[in-house]
Order: sequence, then structure tokens, then C-alpha cells
Amino acid sequence: MDVLELARVQYALTTIFHFFFVPLSIGTIFIVAIFETMYLFKKKAEYLRMAKFWGKIFLLSFAIGVVTGILQEFQFGMNWSEYSRFMGDVFGAPLAVEALLAFFMESTFIGIWMFGRGKLPDWVITVSAWLVSIGTLLSALWILAANSFMQEPVGFEIQDGKAVLTDFMALLTNPQLQVEFPHTVFGALATGAFVIGGISAYNLLKKKDVEFFKTSFNVSMIVAAIASLAIAFSGHAQAKHLMDSQPMKMAASEALWDDSEDPAAWTILAIGDQQEEKNTWNIDLPFALSYLAYGEFSGSVEGMKTLQAKYEEKYGEGVDYIPPVWPVFWSFRIMAGFGGVMLVLSILGLWFGNRRKGILATPTWFLRTMMFAMAAPFIANTAGWIMTEIGRQPWTVFGYYTTAQSVSPNVSMGQLLFSTISFSTAYVILAIIMIYMVARVAKQGPSIIDTAPKQENVDLMDKEAFK
Amino acid sequence: MDLTVFWFILIAVLFTGFFFLEGFDFGVGMSTRLIAKNKNERNQLMSTIGPFWDANEVWLITAGGALFAAFPSWYATMFSGYYTLFVIFLLVLIARGVAIEYSHHTHTDKYINYWHWLIFGSSALAPFLLGMLFTSLVQGMPIDKDMHLFGTFTDYVNVYSVVGGVAVMLLSLVHGLTFIGIRTEGVVRERARQMLSKLFIVLLAGEVVFAVLTYTSTDFFTVRPVATPVFLAITVACTLLAWAFATKKKESIAFTMTGLAFASVVIMLFVGLFPRVMISSIDPAFNLTIDNASSGDYTLSVMTKISVVLLPFVLGYQIWSYYIFRKRIHPTKK
Ligand code: HDD
Ligand code: HEM
Ligand code: HEM
Repeated sequence: MDVLELARVQYALTTIFHFFFVPLSIGTIFIVAIFETMYLFKKKAEYLRMAKFWGKIFLLSFAIGVVTGILQEFQFGMNWSEYSRFMGDVFGAPLAVEALLAFFMESTFIGIWMFGRGKLPDWVITVSAWLVSIGTLLSALWILAANSFMQEPVGFEIQDGKAVLTDFMALLTNPQLQVEFPHTVFGALATGAFVIGGISAYNLLKKKDVEFFKTSFNVSMIVAAIASLAIAFSGHAQAKHLMDSQPMKMAASEALWDDSEDPAAWTILAIGDQQEEKNTWNIDLPFALSYLAYGEFSGSVEGMKTLQAKYEEKYGEGVDYIPPVWPVFWSFRIMAGFGGVMLVLSILGLWFGNRRKGILATPTWFLRTMMFAMAAPFIANTAGWIMTEIGRQPWTVFGYYTTAQSVSPNVSMGQLLFSTISFSTAYVILAIIMIYMVARVAKQGPSIIDTAPKQENVDLMDKEAFK
Repeated sequence: MDLTVFWFILIAVLFTGFFFLEGFDFGVGMSTRLIAKNKNERNQLMSTIGPFWDANEVWLITAGGALFAAFPSWYATMFSGYYTLFVIFLLVLIARGVAIEYSHHTHTDKYINYWHWLIFGSSALAPFLLGMLFTSLVQGMPIDKDMHLFGTFTDYVNVYSVVGGVAVMLLSLVHGLTFIGIRTEGVVRERARQMLSKLFIVLLAGEVVFAVLTYTSTDFFTVRPVATPVFLAITVACTLLAWAFATKKKESIAFTMTGLAFASVVIMLFVGLFPRVMISSIDPAFNLTIDNASSGDYTLSVMTKISVVLLPFVLGYQIWSYYIFRKRIHPTKK
């Protein structure tokens, strides 16, 4: 393994780890804000308990989202200094706006939401919860604007070998952002909803705090079902857009070496060989690829070999423009597969939750499945990013700058080993602590917020501490 | 004014704001092991920064984002050049953030104690590492003609940088103790005052050593023959005033003074750097300056408009949150 590869591994680990917590935070605070609002209007203490209880899960996730996010912010300079020099003019701007607009808002209002209850009117607390939620969404918008630029560069020109911004608004109206932002955000809402649904299902199985978890379950399933539908539609829009913007990525995600027939069949599963550039075994679904790509049941799709020739003409010879096919191919299937599962489960959840027989009549196999389904959105999110980012290889900025050019020349193998090993160790420890804490909250149920911790502790959620 | 100058100033302001604000929460973190005797007192201390510390840290994140946007090459050279230091610094920040947040959700004394130790250690290390970073940076680093920094161990760790690290750590601690003076009631407030009265001597000695080393290790006294000694003098003067007011229990003024002392050191460093942003010890021609490290005019002017619109709101709601949580925190009943 060389410096470039290790830098990529380290970067990938760091970003993937950050993105376990990001969607969980975005999703849970949105639902917590819904409960805060329900409490504000209906004044039922039960809704306040829900906001506090699920708020705890949110805080546990947010804390790790923040500390891993700080790493992200400095990663570009540390690992990809040449990329930062080349791109800084364009790329730094959304990042700085993200900090100014979103991070300050999140972190300040989270303080007010956490510590202000009892000191401030209820509506201020509810508004603060929404401001935190809006902050997380704005942060997603700006960072994805930066990422979309890398997928589809817009609003800039090259001067003296550097990308120079010429149109700031173009970053926000980037066609890639218009499909990537909704897809990512609905993915995040689904993540929060499935975790809340899963923890509720676990407690319903044990018939603990039935009323509490029934309401939580039903609200989360509404969010989950709407989000899952929106994920499917926006995902389809992404695939169509990819045909124009990065046809090579699309072809790789289909393991389509040669041009397809007309109409194009969709390869459901395949085994093949990147070196030999062919599949040795596959199962196809007729017409489906044409539909995915063009929205109609006809049309041929270009294969990677044709595209390689076209890219060589456009971007120069001597470079292999075919990304690692199998990670892209499988991550696409894993993501879309779990997407289907999530859609079905959330609709079933809505149905079981609202039947006249009552929630306790829900079959146990379903509640059990919902517990395991908590993992689904995390897997799908990770797979989605792996497809998006690895599918863009060999580029960092599509068509302009390659990953090999991007890496810091002054960072050594030893330094990278040190960072990779120490960060990974930290991640493992964080993950264990986080899962342990969430499991404890899930097991104890809402009583965890009613019984203040032992007498001699200061309960920071308690206004008494601020007398 | 030239936009690159404006952005240099803005970045200096962001770092100054960061040290002023996060400085005291580092200090509070350190004092949990120095003046608190049990878990309740530690909790009482941590409650003083509970609603603030995360937003304080965002000042650093914003400074990083602004560096990236306005001076990409500064960002690229510094972060790749200080790779190992940053890895350690980031691990420290990870430990600190998780410890502060998760100690709220832990109910066993044993584990709370572990979190508190982590808070203490990370709160001491973080300012130390930042102090090392800035002092070695102004000393000059081996930066070649392609703006690549290839440093060796002694470029990062030497007498001046270690003294700088200790100075920033001490400033944070003192600043944190004066903050505790404003925000608490009871025995910890008293102990903070006692500790302060001893620490001021150490801090003053540290400041003098730092000033002397700045004279011998940097070119700041030749580049800025007036400003450098003036800002150093302000630092010492504010420290002395803080001492006087702290003894008289005028804690708000003491806190303002320790903050000013801190700010003055940071401003001194930025003023001395200007118009350079990274100094090459190989050849002054390889220095990074606000001209050769900056973004284009268009980006800078867009960013200027955005920050001029947003900053008042950001400052407004942050000040509001300090106003909401202004009351003293009392010790809990046993
Ligand atoms: C789609 C959303 C999304 C994506 C792709 C990323 N982030 Fe993130 N980030 C968030 C959404 C988010 C958030 C929702 O705002 C977080 C996560 C949970 C949280 O605690 O805040 C956050 C936290 C967070 C923080 C800490 C903020 C604070 O202290 O309040 C920083 C500095 C970053 N991120 C920076 C980055 C960078 C440089 C990324 C690019 C690789 C990145 N994030 C990817
Ligand atoms: C949080 C969600 C994200 C995940 C999980 C993710 C994941 C990945 C992965 C797995 C790679 C490695 C690809 C490879 O080595 O073949 C990569 C590369 C990269 N990504 Fe992302 N990414 C995310 C978001 C972003 C965003 C928002 C940006 C920019 C703002 C970004 C910038 C980059 C850069 C610069 C590279 C180049 C390094 C490389 O190719 O290894 N990523 N990402
Ligand atoms: C229902 C079927 C789905 C389809 C057809 C689909 C389609 C896509 C496509 C084509 C991309 C790549 C876009 C690009 O490279 O520019 C993508 C990326 C992604 N997907 Fe999906 N997806 C589906 C389900 C899901 C689910 C269930 C989740 C998570 C809950 C998810 C999360 C993501 C994420 C986080 C990315 C990376 C960011 C982005 O490019 O938007 N997807 N998806």
C-alpha cells in the first residue's frame, strides 16, 4: 500500500464514521422537534417526555457527530493539501458559510434547548429545537453543495492551474445538488425514524410503557414511510441524472462492460473480473435499465469500454477511467435493496400501528424485524456514499483533478499509519461507548428522564441546578 | 481596504474570539481537578460552561473554514505541515467533547470520575498544543518553494514552542478561574480565588520568559518594533490588573482583564506575522503571504458580504445565550 492508498483508506474511514452519526442526528432532532411542537399545542405531559427521551438519543449521537465533524473540517488540509490549494477558492466558501450559518446555530440553540427549560417560556424551547433541526439541514445543504461541485463542477474557471469561483449561486443551483440534497436528507430522516421505531418496537415487545412507545412508534412510522418513498423517487432522479453527468459511474454500478442491447436489461446480480473487463455470471431483468436510465422501456446504455474510449478522447489518454467496479456495483445493490425493505417495513408499520385491534396485537415477528431494521438505513447510507465517492474515481473533482494529484506530498507513510491507527482505535472505542449508552437508555425506557439521577448529582436538565 | 487584508483581520478576530471564549472553558476543565474536591463540585464547575463550550469550539471551526475559503494555501500548508500535531490535537478534542457530553448521561460514580479525568487532561493538552502550534509557526518553519512544509521534530518542539504552549495553557487556566469566580457560589468560588492569587505570579513569570524568547526566537521586534512590545506590555498590565481585581472580589472586571491579556498575546502574534501568514525558515522568498496564499477577488467579496450579513446574528444570539445563563450556579445539597 502506498501513501495515496493509505490516505484514501484513512479519509474513507473518517468520513464514513462521521456519517453514521450525521443522519441519526438529523433524523432524531427532527422528530424531537415534532414532539416539542405537539407538547406546545396539546400540553400533554406525555409529549414532553417523548421529546426529552428521544432528545437523549439525539444528544448521544450529536456529541459524536460534532467531534468527528471537527476532524472532517481539517482533513482536507491534512490529507489532501494539493486538492485544497487547487479547489480552495471554490470549496472553502461553502464550508465557511456552513460554519457561520449552521454550526453556530446548532451549537448555541442546542445549549438553550438543553438547559433553558423552566427558565424560558415553552415556545422558546420549541423554537430552539426547530432551530437546531434547521441548523442540521443547513449544514447538510452547504456541505453537499461542496460535494456536488466535486461530482459536477459548475460556476468556476481554471486560472493559473487553479479553480477560481465565478458564480457563487451556481454552487447552490447545481443540478447534482438538486438530486443529492433531497436524497441524503430523506435518507437521514429515515435513519432517525427507523431508530426511534426500532427502540419503540423493542419496548412494545416487552410490553413496557405501551402508551409512550405506541405514540412514538406511530409518529416515527409516518416519518419513515414518507421518507422512504421520497428516497426512492429522489434515488431514481439521481440515477437518471448520472446518465448525463457521470455515465461511467452508472455503467460501473451496472457492471456494464459493453454497450447494452436496446432495450437495456438491468443486471440484478453478477460476478466478474475487473482485470478481464467482463462478467462471468449474471442475472438480468429485461427492460429495467432503460427505465431506470431514461424513464421509458427502450434505449441502449453505453458500456464502460465505450466510455473509456470517449473519456480518453475528452480527458487525455493513459489514464484508467474505470472506477473499482465491484464496490460500486454492490454498494448500489445494497443501498437500493435496503431501500425497498425499508419502504415495505414502514408501510407495514403504519398499518399495524393504526389497526383497530391496537398496537399490542402486532405480531411479534414484525416487532422483532423492526428492531433489526434499525441497521438498514446505516448500511444503505454508507453504501450510498461508497457508490458516490468510489464511483467518481479516479477523480476528486470530476473531469479536472484526480485523486492522485490531490494527496499531500509532505505527509509520510509513518504519519498516515499513526493517524489511521489512532483514529480507528478512537472510532472503535466511541462506537462501543455510544452503543452501550443508547442501549441503556433504550432498556430503561422513559423512566430514565423521570427519576433524576442519584440525589447528590447535579441533573443538568433540571432547572434547580441554576437557582 | 484590500479584501485580503480584511480577511487576514477577520481570521485574527476569529482566533482571538476562540481563545477568549474557549480559553475559559479549557480553564474550567482544568480546574475540575485543581480546585474541586468531589464529584458535586466538579459537576458544579462543569455546569458553568455546559451551554457554551460547544459554540465556543465552533469559533475554531469557523476560523478553519475561513482559512480554507480565504487563504487556501495557508490552510493546505499548515494542516499538512503540522500533520502529527493535528492528529494528536484532534484526538484530544474528540476525547474532550465526548467526555463533556457523556458525563451528563452517566450515573455511576466510577464512570463519571473517568469522564472527569478525561475532561481535565484534554482541557490542559488542547491549549498546550495550540500554543505550540502558533509559537513554532511564528518562529518560521522549513517551507520550500512549492509551499510544502517538511519539518523535523525540533521545528515543532523546541524551547520557544514549549514555553508558548505552557503560556497558553496557563492563560487558559487563569482565565477559567476568573470565569468560575463570576459563575459560581460557595466554596469553589473561594478556592478559585485562592488558587488565582498564587497562579498570577507563575503566569507573570511565564509571560516575561515568553516575551524574552519572542525577542530572541522571532523577528517580531524588528518587524514591528512598536506593536510587539506594546502588546506584550498590555498582556502583562492586564494580568496585573486582573490580579488586583480578583483579590478585591471584583470578578467580572478580573475576567475581562484575563480575557484581554489572552487576546493581546494572540493579536501580537497576528500583527507580527502580517502580511505573512506562514514564515519560511529556508528563504524569505518562500514565505506565504496574504497575496500568494489567498483566494480570488470574487470569492473574497462574496464571502465578505455573507459574513457581514451573518455575523451580527451569530453574535446576537450568542450574547443572548450568555445573558440567559448568567446566574451563579450554587453547590448542590448533599
Ligand atoms: C449530509 C450531512 C453532512 C455531511 C455530508 C457532512 N456533515 Fe458534518 N455535520 C453534519 C452534517 C453533515 C451535521 C448534521 O450538522 C452534524 C452531524 C451531527 C452533528 O452533530 O452535526 C455535523 C457536524 C460537523 C462538525 C461539527 C459542528 C459542531 O461543532 O457543531 C463539523 C466541523 C463538520 N460536521 C464538518 C464536516 C465536513 C468538513 C464534512 C465533509 C466531508 C462533513 N461534515 C460531512
Ligand atoms: C459523509 C458522507 C461521505 C462519505 C461516507 C464519503 C465517503 C468517501 C469515501 C469512501 C471515499 C474514498 C473513495 C476511494 O478512496 O475510492 C471518499 C473520497 C473523497 N470524498 Fe467523500 N464521502 C462523504 C462526503 C464527502 C463530502 C461532503 C465531501 C466534500 C465536501 C467529500 C470529499 C471527498 C474527497 C476530497 C475525496 C477524495 C479522497 C479519495 O478519493 O479517497 N466527501 N469519500
Ligand atoms: C430506493 C432505492 C434507491 C435508489 C434508486 C438510490 C439511488 C442512488 C444513486 C443513483 C446514488 C448515487 C448518486 C451519485 O453518485 O451522484 C445514491 C447515493 C446515495 N444514497 Fe441512494 N438510492 C436508494 C436508496 C437509498 C437509501 C434507502 C438510502 C439511505 C437511507 C440512501 C442513501 C444514499 C446516500 C447517503 C447517497 C450518497 C449521497 C448522494 O449522492 O446522494 N439511498 N443513491
